[in-house]
Amino acid sequence: MDKLNRFASVLALSAFFMSPTSFAAGGGAALEPAKIDPDNINSLQRGAANFMNYCSGCHSAEYVRFNTIGKDLELSEEMLVDNLMFNAEKTFETIQSAMPAEQAAVWYGKAPPDLSLMARAKGADYVYNFLKGFYIEEGSPTGVNNLVLAGTSMPHVLWELQGYQKAIFDHHENADGSVTTTFKEWEQLSEGELDTKDYDEFVRDTVNFLAYIAEPMRSDRRKLGVWVLMYLLFFLIIARMLKKQIWKDVK
Amino acid sequence: MTEDDLDRNRRHFLTIATVVTGLAGAGAAAIPFLSSLKPSARAQAMGAPVEVPIGSLQVGEMVRVLWRGKLVFVLRRDEAMLATLPGMTDNLRDPNSEVVEQQPEYAMNESRSVKPEYLVVEGSCTHLGCAPIEDFEVRPAEGWGGGFFCPCHGSKFDLAGRVFKGVPAPTNLRVPPYRFVRDDLILIGLDTGAA
Amino acid sequence: MARIEAEVGTPKGGFMKWIDDRFPFTSTMKYHVTEYYASKNFNFWYVFGVLAFVVLFIQLFTGIFLTMNYKPDAAQAFASVEYIMRDVEWGWLIRYMHSTGASFFFIVVYLHMFRAMLYGSYKKPRELIWIIGMLIFLVLMAEAFAGYLLPWGQMSYWGAQVIISLFGAIPVVGDALVEIIRGDYSISDITLNRFFALHVIALPLALIGLVFVHIVALHEVGSNNPDGIEIKENKDAKGVPLDGIAFHPYHTSKDLVAIIIFLMIFSAVVFFAPEMGGYFLEHANFEPANLTATPEHIAPVWYFTPFYAILRAVPDKLWGFILFGLSVLLPMFLPWLDKSRVKSIRYRGPIYKSALTIFVISFLTLGWLGVQPAEGIYVRMAQFFGVLYFAFFLLMPYYTSIDKTKPVPERVVYNG
Repeated sequence: MDKLNRFASVLALSAFFMSPTSFAAGGGAALEPAKIDPDNINSLQRGAANFMNYCSGCHSAEYVRFNTIGKDLELSEEMLVDNLMFNAEKTFETIQSAMPAEQAAVWYGKAPPDLSLMARAKGADYVYNFLKGFYIEEGSPTGVNNLVLAGTSMPHVLWELQGYQKAIFDHHENADGSVTTTFKEWEQLSEGELDTKDYDEFVRDTVNFLAYIAEPMRSDRRKLGVWVLMYLLFFLIIARMLKKQIWKDVK
Repeated sequence: MTEDDLDRNRRHFLTIATVVTGLAGAGAAAIPFLSSLKPSARAQAMGAPVEVPIGSLQVGEMVRVLWRGKLVFVLRRDEAMLATLPGMTDNLRDPNSEVVEQQPEYAMNESRSVKPEYLVVEGSCTHLGCAPIEDFEVRPAEGWGGGFFCPCHGSKFDLAGRVFKGVPAPTNLRVPPYRFVRDDLILIGLDTGAA
Repeated sequence: MARIEAEVGTPKGGFMKWIDDRFPFTSTMKYHVTEYYASKNFNFWYVFGVLAFVVLFIQLFTGIFLTMNYKPDAAQAFASVEYIMRDVEWGWLIRYMHSTGASFFFIVVYLHMFRAMLYGSYKKPRELIWIIGMLIFLVLMAEAFAGYLLPWGQMSYWGAQVIISLFGAIPVVGDALVEIIRGDYSISDITLNRFFALHVIALPLALIGLVFVHIVALHEVGSNNPDGIEIKENKDAKGVPLDGIAFHPYHTSKDLVAIIIFLMIFSAVVFFAPEMGGYFLEHANFEPANLTATPEHIAPVWYFTPFYAILRAVPDKLWGFILFGLSVLLPMFLPWLDKSRVKSIRYRGPIYKSALTIFVISFLTLGWLGVQPAEGIYVRMAQFFGVLYFAFFLLMPYYTSIDKTKPVPERVVYNG
């Protein structure tokens, strides 16, 4: 029993290391959970279409090959070519942006970043909130600002879907005279093609896809992991029996 | 049996079971490492079939292209060149292309090609992989009707890439998989299905 | 007992004789394996030595395969890691094993070192084993640090920037030293290239050499045990220690069980949590190194954080560096700082038990503080626990000499 207790304490120790560190969130606003479902193929397929339609004009995903997407998202080569490959000819090509990076840098002041690993670097919640966080701001070069990434040079690409919104801030005066500004709520200024719920779904699918391309092997490794652990458990049982047998004559 | 014997048997059995299980696990663990040595997705993408436009290729002219980093000759043979082929048979090691790995089925003929006019062969000597040099000058005195000559060890091939007798190269030049997409476009690396 | 000895190590006819006449195979196997006697009462804490060996093997093996695909070039390094993750068949598994192995190396080595502190394994006659072990630890830190630059992500770059800049604190030669380490005026392609050389050749060679010497020294004096008793002082007529059992098959069969349990925990991380919540693979390292912007929150990987917390707790650059260095090096002097007459915690008095407990709490807390922002209460806490950390070592000659120890039995305690 003593040994079991010690084993339990080791597990507890590893649980301590398991507790996740938070992603650094810009803007100070708490992030709303994205609630993506990486096992939902339909959501990933919709996300892929969203990505190719709305993101890939400016953003590349230079480590991601179309045929990998096709295999993982259960898309036939025809579906891949017809629905996703707008500026690619061969299925083994990677996702390149339609816009040359130098040109983009001139237009936006900064080249749009590659999105292969964005969801892994920033977290799915961050990207989800970023895509929902554009609001009207006069004087900004793009006409909008973002609650998650203040001063972003990205315009509100999805305005046709979301419409425009205004951010209402609370201004709280501290004892020392300084003012703390906190986000209070959204005010919808113009309707988009999608209502709030549908827009959330749209963004969720897109973020789901971004999370998928950030680690395409995720489902492979989890599936294999189960087999490896089952094998090791079997091995453990036999090795433990052998140990007991050998140690029988140690008095 | 005494208790000692039982113990001994049990121990023997468990030892074998442990060793076998461990080896099976080690063997399975070796698979990913060995597989990682295979051509990667990028290598496969780079080794994809290549298209060779042949519309502007003149009669008697040859182009060199690379497929999977391998040199491929595309030669447009004229009537005179084709006419030399039947006469070579006695000097050749494998005149009827009987070594099956050296060409797809559709090139297992005298001209070793889909369309006799166009020869498509890998420019890699079957001896040790040097690139043969073309020599289309006909020298009847030497029994040479034109063909390929390997500078490394002197292997000789005729205008269908068939190897001569008495040279180090053991087999005919390899014909890669290919097909005509159109009359003026060859796709090397893929012979059936869509590109 | 006799039966088992008869099965192993007996001369095996012609072929083995042919070998043994030319190479000391059988005698070496006897000396280090079948007739190496270690105490029968080894407990949980005694598995981490062999586990460190297992991790070393995993790291060397996966490392070779990573080297086949990695490009030590600032323009290509980041992309080549993603190439391994995506384009190389099974590359993701090999890479995750290596990145997880790095963290497990430190988990196992820290527990292995803690075992030595529990049972006084560094005390006479094992001082040299301990010092070699500390050298292994130092080389391991350098190895991990060099390896962490290779993915060329944001954390790789800025982490290396911070740690290399540390050496600039050394008076007079500091700046020149920093330039020599980097080989450039800032961390660059040149730095990456030489860190690659260190990581894949120089340091692993040093590591293997030191591990070899560590084991040779261990087998010369024999393993300690949880009672801190020298089992060689009680031998039978044949010269076999009465409390000792052969390494093979007894300890090997036991270690195998430990290795499998270890592999289960290791696999659970590799397959289900390779980032370990950002501790094993830091999120910011999934962005390529950007020389124009430091990440908002920069923390070293978890295994460096206790020492890093001490560094940050000191408001002076030079003293911060000195105390940082001391905190890493001080354990090396344990064999002479510890004045206790007994080795094992079992027979030590309440003072050492309390001191060791406080030390463990301080070390873990410092580790936690190392990933927190360096401000306000966190700095105060780091100073507090940093003082406790040093006090454990520096006051040790005093408190271990006045501590009330219990009498040590003649034979080891073993209850089956």
